[in-house]
Amino acid sequence: MKVRFLSAGDRALVVEFGDRVDRELSKRVLHLDAIIRSNPPAGIVETVPTFRSLAVYYNALVTSRAELQRAIEPLLDSGDNPRAGARLWHVPVCYEGEFAPDLAQVARLTGLMPNDVVALHSGTRFHVYMLGFLPGFPYMGDLPPQLALPRRADPRLRVPAGSISIATSLTAIYPYESPGGWHLIGATPIRMFDPERPKPALFAPGDAVRFQPIDPTAFASIRRAVETRSYEVESAPLAL
Amino acid sequence: MTPGFKVLSPGLHTTVQDLGRIGYQDIGVPVSGALDGFGLRLANALVGNPPGMEALEILVSGPTIETAADTARLALVGAGATLGIRGENARVVTAGQSATVQRGDIVEITLGRQSACCYLALEGGIAVPKVLGSASTYVRAALGGLNGRALRQDDVIPLAVGCASERNELRAPAAPSGSPDQPIRVVFGPQHNYFRKESLAALLDAEFRVSKDADRMGMRLDGPLLLHRRGWDIVSDAIATGSIQVPGSGQPIVLLADHQTTGGYPKIATVISADLPRLGRCRPGDPLRFASVELEAAEEMCREAEREFAKLVAALEPVLSEMELDIGSLYGENLISGVTTGFE
Repeated sequence: MKVRFLSAGDRALVVEFGDRVDRELSKRVLHLDAIIRSNPPAGIVETVPTFRSLAVYYNALVTSRAELQRAIEPLLDSGDNPRAGARLWHVPVCYEGEFAPDLAQVARLTGLMPNDVVALHSGTRFHVYMLGFLPGFPYMGDLPPQLALPRRADPRLRVPAGSISIATSLTAIYPYESPGGWHLIGATPIRMFDPERPKPALFAPGDAVRFQPIDPTAFASIRRAVETRSYEVESAPLAL
Repeated sequence: MTPGFKVLSPGLHTTVQDLGRIGYQDIGVPVSGALDGFGLRLANALVGNPPGMEALEILVSGPTIETAADTARLALVGAGATLGIRGENARVVTAGQSATVQRGDIVEITLGRQSACCYLALEGGIAVPKVLGSASTYVRAALGGLNGRALRQDDVIPLAVGCASERNELRAPAAPSGSPDQPIRVVFGPQHNYFRKESLAALLDAEFRVSKDADRMGMRLDGPLLLHRRGWDIVSDAIATGSIQVPGSGQPIVLLADHQTTGGYPKIATVISADLPRLGRCRPGDPLRFASVELEAAEEMCREAEREFAKLVAALEPVLSEMELDIGSLYGENLISGVTTGFE
């Protein structure tokens, strides 16, 4: 698909690479984002990568869409080097009891045993496509096809912070309590967003994530360590 | 004790806002900031602050606060809004003019009927920590402002300075808002090709009305339904402030300062930045019309709005102290009916 330049008002230029959730598209989006960040054209305020597009916010007092588009077009064909600094995260998840209120239903709907749902989810390495919806909320994919389900017909008004959720081809973690329509199959005691940290959101687009099953006792002890800020989520530079 | 204002009653939704939290949308943090950035900047200019400094954004109904500083200078901006000051020098100060209050003075803010919001700037600013570079309150994630939430009774709004500087009060020469009857201007897109031709036309031809479902995240509009010609469930992309998104119901939602950074509904059009302040002032029940402009024209209107603002700030004029005294004594003797009714 040809790259399209779209305007979202006079403050955002959207560089659209396609209209699907797709790793190749994501690679191109994140690559353009990295190039622009390393050497931003004048007048750029911020950039927001999504599944399929890069929104480039600009200040019309300094530049214009026409000028920006001219600056960005030549960057589109500059290879697809991966983002520097991407990390692989190991996220502890309790998939048991009250931490996994929808696990039984997901098992029923997918025709799997609950243990198989957990094995599939914790056996997959996910790609962080983008952050959105709430501060630090990561959209990650892709789920094994056996776990693909539409969103719940009856969204919850209160999804607890830390909930591990799945819907369509994606999995996500709720950083805050909020309304939500995804299926909750587990919970993590880690803090996804903390404005006090030098890097407030734990994950960045382009990172990779694996989930490690833990029991309720481990959940409680990690939570205590998180509360005293003495817990560090295991991670390593992402080998590509 | 820290100088400040004690909150006697908080108003409906009074928050600390500046021009927003810039640079964190990529990690899902909404920009937030003033719904009416023009009003915020003018209020700051009236008290001699940098225009983007934090101030109080007051929605729908105003707070009453008590001065707990030796003196403090403040200015209110918002069509028809007033500052009622109770104390030794009781008076009513209209919006668009600064005033200085003394310890113990009680300040009651009343909104006009013309605007959903007004801004109270305090000379020197409000002493709250900046979170991710901004003092703006984002209630949903408890970021910024006073403890990440709207004001409550008995809160203290901490001031950065304990007494007002020596200088004349300032007044804005003209009514700061454009005509409310003019249509709100939009640029079509980014997903206008998801809509039927009739719906693109309806957006411009029909009259909409701001529904009761309106807050700092966005306002749902009553009016003709805008129908999609292909699906309404798009793969999420970024949302700009002012974008008009249309979910499956066909009822449009204009996204405002606290909107989510990304979303999965097609956006038929986006309000131009020059008209965002006017949009932010719209109240539930207000009629709304839209007109489309080309992008290049919208960018030029953004620059023009900035020039107009600079002109307005350059034209702020000192208020002669005698005049203020006259007005004060008039109100003191209650010669003007109605103005003291809020003080009983």
